[in-house]
Amino acid sequence: MISRSWRNIAIIGVLLVLAIAVPRLGLPAFYVSLLTQTWIYGILAMSLDLLVGFTGLVSFMQAAFFGIGAYVVAIGATRYHFVDFWLTLVVAVLVAGIAAAAFGALALRAEDAGFIIITLALNEIVWGLAYQWVSMSGGDNGITGFLRVNVGPFHTTDNSGFYYLSLTALIICLTLLVLMVRSPFGLVLVGARERPRRMAALGYNVWLFRYLALVIAAMFAAVAGVLFAYYNEFVGPGSLSLDTTVQVLIMVILGGTGTLIGPLLGAGILVFLSNALSDITQRWVLILGAVYVVTVMYAPDGIVGLINRLAARARSRRELSLAASAAPAGAFNPRGGPER
Amino acid sequence: MTVAALHDPDSTGETCLQLTGISKRFGNLHVLDDVALSVRHGERRGIIGPNGAGKTTLFNVIAGELAPTSGKVHLYGREITRLPPHSRARLGLARTFQTTTLLPGLTVVENLVLSLQALTPTRFQCFVPRTRYRAFREEALRLLGQVQLDHCADWLVRALGHGEQRQVEILMALAQRPKLLLLDEPTAGLSAADAVLVTDMLRAYHRDVAMVLIEHDLSVVFNVVERITVLHYGRVVAEESVEGIHDNPVVQEIYLGGKL
Repeated sequence: MISRSWRNIAIIGVLLVLAIAVPRLGLPAFYVSLLTQTWIYGILAMSLDLLVGFTGLVSFMQAAFFGIGAYVVAIGATRYHFVDFWLTLVVAVLVAGIAAAAFGALALRAEDAGFIIITLALNEIVWGLAYQWVSMSGGDNGITGFLRVNVGPFHTTDNSGFYYLSLTALIICLTLLVLMVRSPFGLVLVGARERPRRMAALGYNVWLFRYLALVIAAMFAAVAGVLFAYYNEFVGPGSLSLDTTVQVLIMVILGGTGTLIGPLLGAGILVFLSNALSDITQRWVLILGAVYVVTVMYAPDGIVGLINRLAARARSRRELSLAASAAPAGAFNPRGGPER
Repeated sequence: MTVAALHDPDSTGETCLQLTGISKRFGNLHVLDDVALSVRHGERRGIIGPNGAGKTTLFNVIAGELAPTSGKVHLYGREITRLPPHSRARLGLARTFQTTTLLPGLTVVENLVLSLQALTPTRFQCFVPRTRYRAFREEALRLLGQVQLDHCADWLVRALGHGEQRQVEILMALAQRPKLLLLDEPTAGLSAADAVLVTDMLRAYHRDVAMVLIEHDLSVVFNVVERITVLHYGRVVAEESVEGIHDNPVVQEIYLGGKL
């Protein structure tokens, strides 16, 4: 037990050192930029995992909050001359939170398929707004003409500076999300996903907890959106399109729902694969689709789920004790068990 | 506890649960028709009746999952007819479900902690690990010790047997120290030995909590309760003490078929 948690700490430490070292390893700038995108999409994918994996809400509107965060940066900088990073971040998170509070009130009137359809429609509405409200959003052309700003010690005009900013944001968001899913609140979310009737009978306002999860997840998505806008120094309606929503869902499912680390892995796979494949063929989306189908067929709980399952099988062979394999239920495997 | 103490429910005579004129219609189907029911503080009440008599519907009306078409529900004098289930739970109403409804992927302790933290502000705490809340775990272990299940505290619920799962479910309901516990067929689907475990657990429980149970197995009903209400086609057709129910002609005709 202790040796396993030490092993986990060691793995995290090594990964962290590697992540910090990347810009200094003399890799082509291209890879540093792909990893920067991975960290940004990773935050977005983890925020969606809080809903899909932990709360059991398959939301198709996460791109809307990502886009709202990005547009707050662009519109703030170009129309209202907001250039302070922290103020922009706070405004973006608040605007996304308020939007989520309104959208959540609508979407949570339904469950399951109804919820999916409403969130999909709401995402399309936000997209339509960005696409058609040309005087505000620049329409299809999007918004350019704003620049990265330096944040504390990070010289973001430099690509490695932006890399470190994104990595720091990722670590903060991951830490907060891990704390959240390991907290009493996180246990309630899992309970509401598994047995909403039982949770209501115990005195939990299931609706309220889902609603809070929706708003919190939107705020994390907005953080990713802010970084995305600065990274590209451009925002267009593509950032909050249905394409983005679906891609983020694929990241979550590919990596493994309810694991947080899985969606980060999924984000990396999608970012790297889409870049590598789009060099080779224009039909790269087809290949991505095939990867997705194979995952769903052979590893329905994603890559991290598959790893956990194999590890658990190896472990139970070693220990042969049912009780022992049931014990650890950490954030990286909140279901606590190998199979579903 | 002596048998006499068991069968002497209350000294105050305070009314715990009061149903007046409860009707529930689904379209033209009258599932419940003008049901009146009064359960005293600490009473043990059984509700029996043939399939389709409306027992589970009645439970769902009491627990708040269904709104009655007409009529009122009071809990200790307070009207709760329109309150949602979670608000009723906060007023001291607990229940179990017909098929055991636990969180199978969580551990036994985690299931109990969910029940213990439900009525505290801790449930909204999002940045402190659950392991910091030792008091919940200790209380959960104490409760499990009462039914000799503390050795499997950290097992996943799905690793428990049916009888043990049902015990955990009842413990979850009792952990909140409710004033009224609704038990929907607590021994359904259990082996005879497991059923005894559960009925013993219910019989031994102290008298601060009123229990209302639906049950098909009459031996369970007669073992646990002191009064029985008989539902038939959504109407209350008899209400008798356990001793009197054997001789009630209406009951013998419609439900027991004279087999007692």
